[in-house]
Amino acid sequence: MKVNEQIAIDHGLKKEEYKKICDLLKRIPNLTELGIFSAMWNEHCSYKSSRLHLKKLPTSGKKVIQGPGENAGVIDIEDGDAIVFKIESHNHPSFIEPYQGAATGVGGIMRDVFTMGARPIANLNSIHFGSSQHKKTKNLLRGVVHGIGGYGNCMGVPTIAGQTSFDSSYNGNILVNAMTLGLVKKNKIFYSKAAGINKPVIYVGSKTGRDGIHGASMASASFDEKIEEKKPTVQVGDPFTEKLLLEACLELMAGDSIIAIQDMGAAGLTSSSIEMASKGNLGIELNLNKVPCRESKMTPYEIMLSESQERMLIVLENGKEDLAKKIFDKWDLDFAVIGKTTNTKNIELYYDEKQVASIPINTLVENSPMYDRKWKKTKLPKKNLIKKEEFKKFKIKEVLNKILSNPNVCSKEWIWQQYDHTVMGDTIQKPGGDSGVVRVHGTDKAVAATVDSSAIYCWAHPLTGGKQVVCESWRNLISVGATPIAITNCLNFGSPEKEENMGEFVECVQGIGEACEYLKFPVVSGNVSFYNQTKEIGIKPTPSIGGVGLIKDYKQMITMDFKEINNLVLIIGKTEGHLDQSLFSRNILNEKNGPPPEINLFNEKNNGETILQLIKSNLVRSAHDVSIGGIITAVSKMCIKGNKGIEFNKPKYFISEIEYLFCEDQGRYVIEIDTKNLKKVISILNKNSVHFDELGKIIDKNMIINQKTKVTIDELKSYNTNWLKEYMN
Amino acid sequence: MKSAVITFPGSNCDRDMHVALNKFGFKNKMVWHNDNELPKSDLVVLPGGFSYGDYLRCGSMASKSKIMQSVINFAKSGGLVMGICNGFQILVESGLVPGVLLRNRYLEFICKNVFVKIDNKDNPYFKNLDKEVFELHIAHNEGNYFCTNDQLKEIQDNNQVAIYYCNDNGKTEEKFNPNGSLNNIAGIFNKEKNVLGMMPHPERMIDESLSGEDGSIFFRNLLNNIK
Repeated sequence: MKVNEQIAIDHGLKKEEYKKICDLLKRIPNLTELGIFSAMWNEHCSYKSSRLHLKKLPTSGKKVIQGPGENAGVIDIEDGDAIVFKIESHNHPSFIEPYQGAATGVGGIMRDVFTMGARPIANLNSIHFGSSQHKKTKNLLRGVVHGIGGYGNCMGVPTIAGQTSFDSSYNGNILVNAMTLGLVKKNKIFYSKAAGINKPVIYVGSKTGRDGIHGASMASASFDEKIEEKKPTVQVGDPFTEKLLLEACLELMAGDSIIAIQDMGAAGLTSSSIEMASKGNLGIELNLNKVPCRESKMTPYEIMLSESQERMLIVLENGKEDLAKKIFDKWDLDFAVIGKTTNTKNIELYYDEKQVASIPINTLVENSPMYDRKWKKTKLPKKNLIKKEEFKKFKIKEVLNKILSNPNVCSKEWIWQQYDHTVMGDTIQKPGGDSGVVRVHGTDKAVAATVDSSAIYCWAHPLTGGKQVVCESWRNLISVGATPIAITNCLNFGSPEKEENMGEFVECVQGIGEACEYLKFPVVSGNVSFYNQTKEIGIKPTPSIGGVGLIKDYKQMITMDFKEINNLVLIIGKTEGHLDQSLFSRNILNEKNGPPPEINLFNEKNNGETILQLIKSNLVRSAHDVSIGGIITAVSKMCIKGNKGIEFNKPKYFISEIEYLFCEDQGRYVIEIDTKNLKKVISILNKNSVHFDELGKIIDKNMIINQKTKVTIDELKSYNTNWLKEYMN
Repeated sequence: MKSAVITFPGSNCDRDMHVALNKFGFKNKMVWHNDNELPKSDLVVLPGGFSYGDYLRCGSMASKSKIMQSVINFAKSGGLVMGICNGFQILVESGLVPGVLLRNRYLEFICKNVFVKIDNKDNPYFKNLDKEVFELHIAHNEGNYFCTNDQLKEIQDNNQVAIYYCNDNGKTEEKFNPNGSLNNIAGIFNKEKNVLGMMPHPERMIDESLSGEDGSIFFRNLLNNIK
């Protein structure tokens, strides 16, 4: 088939991009070459709309060993240990085929991590579905949860935390973001940069099939009514093979045979071979007849574009082939020498002894398109004038019931009970807490991780929302006693070709950047997912932030459950009564306008660091950050988990009871302390100029508010735990 | 005391079991599924995981792997063989303990703490334990124990039920059954009581920072019983 402009357009390329390809090659590409260009130049692989803005994010710091640009980011956790981590989206495939889409998302991110030599020690995920009333939601949720569990459980990696939300903007585009943390010795990190010529290029893992061809291109386009037809572009995962691949790779990595290694993820053999050669400023030559194939008569085009899972490409030291083959034979995995590195700086493909493609690598990578797309700024919405008389009609207990059973607040136990969260024997904080925590095996250290997003805030004002998500992640780490180190981000947005959506992206990224900079909480890895859009309707802007922190002595970890009757409960941070965009405003008052709560980075940092100081001085018994649903929601969860009650009164502020209980001002925490330590705690808070309220004290079995509202713990539990279970059964 | 943990392709609790056994004083060796011979051992453990990716049926392919002939011979000569979770499934598939393990009642993977009641202490695993109700952890998709009426009668006649799912007071009612197992059965012995298969993972409950410490009590006691 002779390539022409229409075929290029069918490959998702724009007219002008096709012209650029012809200009760069000084000829018309053949079909295989066109396929390679389309794979490398699509949004998913080239970051052509986002690169310009991502450059502005802070990516370095004292603890950063590797920032963005590798398979995953790497941070230093001292004693020669490092944590490799990244989050990645698998949104488009998960909507089309929820089980396989989610499963291969988990498989892909774990491969990114063990490609760098790290053993995965924890998985997390952030999943977002349409309205609970939407006809597809239930099946999508079930499929995604089964897929995440099916893959992660089989791999034997605990899933320690996550986030699930429901919003009608995801009706036609669900989000599935998977995150993995791996542990590696600092001096045994592997990279994807090839070096040296005539080095053997090795293919290991599963055979190549016809699944997932053009998966990355599918993920770079909006959905329309024909989306079901895209099912064949969804990859099919096999966690068993991946488990073998993990063990085999780590066994080979224990020696010194590997020069470079890269997993075959999006755009399969194409992007893995090109990335390794490009980073090493080399050429690469592949004999496609040597590629282990699942089906007969696969064409060079299909072999290069397949996204079959559980495959790796390795550049080996000369003479190490036999040693490497022995390891992969032991694990019953395919092993083939399929090519070599060259000094031509071209990718050259051979099939049946004929050259079937020859492309200068720089044209695919450095010369890939980069767009400065038009974008529109979002003005800060005006504050709503809330009529306080209206509040009188609300009964606190009834509102609390609605809030605690709201799909976005309720217990997600139905979900995380289906994930093995205890395998590997180091999970010391399970899902349901502020962060998941795993011990660094055999040491006194532990690593905390959390994944967060606040699409509502980002939608109302992207700049503030972007900052807020980073702060939320920071708070969730602090609440378990971890020192925040770095983040990974998964930026889920609508079409970059629409000014509004592009504006949301640009300003969220700006907000993320500002918060990261201020908090010294750099971005070390991430991924952008655009085109989460069905026809004209895009999702709410949803940057997911995966934060990682370190607890030096795991015995100092904090959980949120109230510990002891008669202990005191303090609110750290100032409560000003901001209700706009709160769960209360949106769901109880049905008021969807207004600005999100303001972010004050100085207070955020100061409050967080002060909490850490209190924790490190062993003055905090339990802690939880205040997020959606306000103080009363935070306190309710601490009661439920600890099976204890609380008696408290609203401090004498000029705001109403409703505002105090349900507002979503930022930078706040609830902490429990021993009565005898009150003086010490107050002196530390005062010294650091941190605002606090003495809220009340822990009692048995009831929550009593201002002497008039009484809710039993059993009532709180039933409000919070029943909704999802009943919805899914 | 010497122990051996078998690693099948897809095993994923092999390391955890190794850590637990060593912690409580066993000298443990890891054994590869393709080996012919077991090292000299006082206890052989088939660990949890997804041997052979659970393809065909859970535990089925592992039950035919090379090392299993030695494990079967070892068990038949009276050696202690313990299968946890996928290891239990392998024991069932190799015929060392009776019955089968079906998919969980609600067709969902379950990972949580459960209580189990020890039915019978006249065996090397539970002898000398000073309590009956243990809090252990389960994590499985196929733990729904089933057998024929004749088998059940034989199991009961021979006192072969090792543990039942129950509540914290040891009540073995249906509502404390997490996966639909027949009669709340969570673990079972062979007739001679030297082979034990059970779904719960004692190796995940071995220090106070984990889900609990009842696993520690089990392992300490086991070591003392074997000594």
